[in-house]
Amino acid sequence: MTPVNTIEGKAIPFGRANVDTDVIIPAKWLKTISRQGLGRGAFETVRAEPGNVFDDPDYAGAPILIAGENFGCGSSREHAAWALANLGIRAVIAPSYSDIFSGNAFKNGILAVELPRAAIDRLMDVAKTDPISIDLEHQTVTTRFQDRFTFEIDPFRKHCLLEGLDEVGLTLAMEPRIAAFEKQQASWLSPAA
Amino acid sequence: MASRPRTLYEKIWDAHVVERRADGTCLIYIDRHLVHEVTSPQAFESLRLGGRKVRRPDLTLAVPDHNLPTTARLDAEGNRIPIADPESAAQLAALEANAPAFGIRYIGPTDAEQGIVHVVGPEQGFTLPGCTLVCGDSHTAAHGALGALAFGIGTSEVEHVLATQTLLLKQSKSMNIRIEGALGFGVTPKDLILHIIGRIGAAGGTGYVIEYSGSTIRDMSVEGRLTVSNMSIEAGARAGLIAPDDKTFAYLQGRPMAPKGEAWEQAVAWWRTLPSDPGAPFDCVVDIDAAAVAPTVTWGTSPEDVAPVWGAVPDPQSFAEPAKREAAQKSLAYMGLEPGQRMQDLAVENIFIGSCTNSRIEDLRAAAAVLNGRRRADGIKQALVVPGSGLVKRQAEAEGLDRIFIEAGFEWREPGCSACLGMNPDKVPPGERCASTSNRNFVGRQGPGARTHLVSPAMAAAAAVTGRLTDVRELMG
Repeated sequence: MTPVNTIEGKAIPFGRANVDTDVIIPAKWLKTISRQGLGRGAFETVRAEPGNVFDDPDYAGAPILIAGENFGCGSSREHAAWALANLGIRAVIAPSYSDIFSGNAFKNGILAVELPRAAIDRLMDVAKTDPISIDLEHQTVTTRFQDRFTFEIDPFRKHCLLEGLDEVGLTLAMEPRIAAFEKQQASWLSPAA
Repeated sequence: MASRPRTLYEKIWDAHVVERRADGTCLIYIDRHLVHEVTSPQAFESLRLGGRKVRRPDLTLAVPDHNLPTTARLDAEGNRIPIADPESAAQLAALEANAPAFGIRYIGPTDAEQGIVHVVGPEQGFTLPGCTLVCGDSHTAAHGALGALAFGIGTSEVEHVLATQTLLLKQSKSMNIRIEGALGFGVTPKDLILHIIGRIGAAGGTGYVIEYSGSTIRDMSVEGRLTVSNMSIEAGARAGLIAPDDKTFAYLQGRPMAPKGEAWEQAVAWWRTLPSDPGAPFDCVVDIDAAAVAPTVTWGTSPEDVAPVWGAVPDPQSFAEPAKREAAQKSLAYMGLEPGQRMQDLAVENIFIGSCTNSRIEDLRAAAAVLNGRRRADGIKQALVVPGSGLVKRQAEAEGLDRIFIEAGFEWREPGCSACLGMNPDKVPPGERCASTSNRNFVGRQGPGARTHLVSPAMAAAAAVTGRLTDVRELMG
């Protein structure tokens, strides 16, 4: 994973609540065996709406997406995170996320920043004209208007993101612990043939 | 040792901690892993690139279900019919190749046991109480009905479990949803869970593991419980547990992958210790009166948008929150509805009976009981029944249910996810309504522009007969 520290740039003021992963990437795009190229199908139904923010040239190449409550609810498809990454999104700012989505985002180096409603409203305003800065190390979101919002993040996730660590590799290093755990498990756990 | 009272969730969690870190993150052992064709190819690819193996192929079971067409799979000569869509065919071929390459047990499209992973797991006895079970699919919550701590994961986590048989997790908060009393005439577990989601909201369970308890749950069949736990994720909860009891054990005993003989006795003895202790602390408690649950339908594009079948489409202006007002307006525009329209006046063109929520034998029996001796209304263009597995299909045929469905004008299909998610040929056409026994009414879920109304199997059958959303009790003896 590529290390993540500061993310600075335009933010797409999407703002909608309960954005499910079928909206982020409709099911027909999941028939792939690759992680690449999913940006084509990202937000397909939203992009069919005239004047949508995703096709607004003002936000072309924006690395940040601002959304409402419960972002990424629904399906567990990691394709949602891959599609965002493929669009160039490196951070989402929203009041809350589904648990599965925030895990998927983290594992793909996308920062899911949680801020209160009032901060989101303010950033939605700023995003229309100006860039936004996210500093992971100091856990802040700032604007050129002296706005400064701090956010919480799990320390382990923060560490992995800052260092660009591979979680599978980290866990494999604990193999002796896992093997010891397996030794004390009940024998009936292995499924009958 | 005297210990403080613990919940079912805590007991399963504690029994699976490989290592606990200072910040509370735990390395949790995973006992069961279900794999399907859509969320696994990238995980296997990463394993291959990293030169990594599957740690416990014996704890892993692979079954294709999501994009498999539900039309005939064998021709008259018994040869497999190729899948027309090249991308679906490639995904299925990838699973078919990856499973043996990594030593994983595989149930293929033409095997009698094939079906939707969440139907196959319990049916095969692969799902067991007290186990941790994961799958790259959010409806993995279903397995919680047997007392397994079961939840959906993303593809990176699929890779992590394949390689290490563990996941790094933080314990969730716990919510006890207590449901007391008898469900009314014509009211099913599906109506109950839709009612619950309407009550706590699509994000009401976010950050929580739910335990469903109370007399309604105790009196419910295991299949009914699977429907309830299945939709936990529609309230935002990753898992929805139900305490294992004699019904659970009777359901599992003798199933092919369940423990046998002495091993079974040992397992049951442990499973009996799992229910939450009296006085075990929950972070949140919700009380539901089963008698207050109506036959329920959805009107919008979130599973929380529920109404009793005799109710009406709400006025977006009636919602206090601006975000909900705007969402309701967008939902109504997408669904082609006006505030105040009666749900029972809504004509439907499509009926879908299936999905991991409602495709088990009891679901098919409930729908067939309504359809027996009746025919679908003229306005119905497509009516699908898709059994959850080959074994469900065979059982239904042995009971003659297939004849009832076919005589009522339904298509009797092969098992799979079908029209629940619009990634295989089964879809709802744009602008048309579907009375669907599936779990999500999201925008475009059943196909671009499709308008989904979530209902129980009996209500889907009733809608087929009348051609509109209908209170099934009008058609019941």
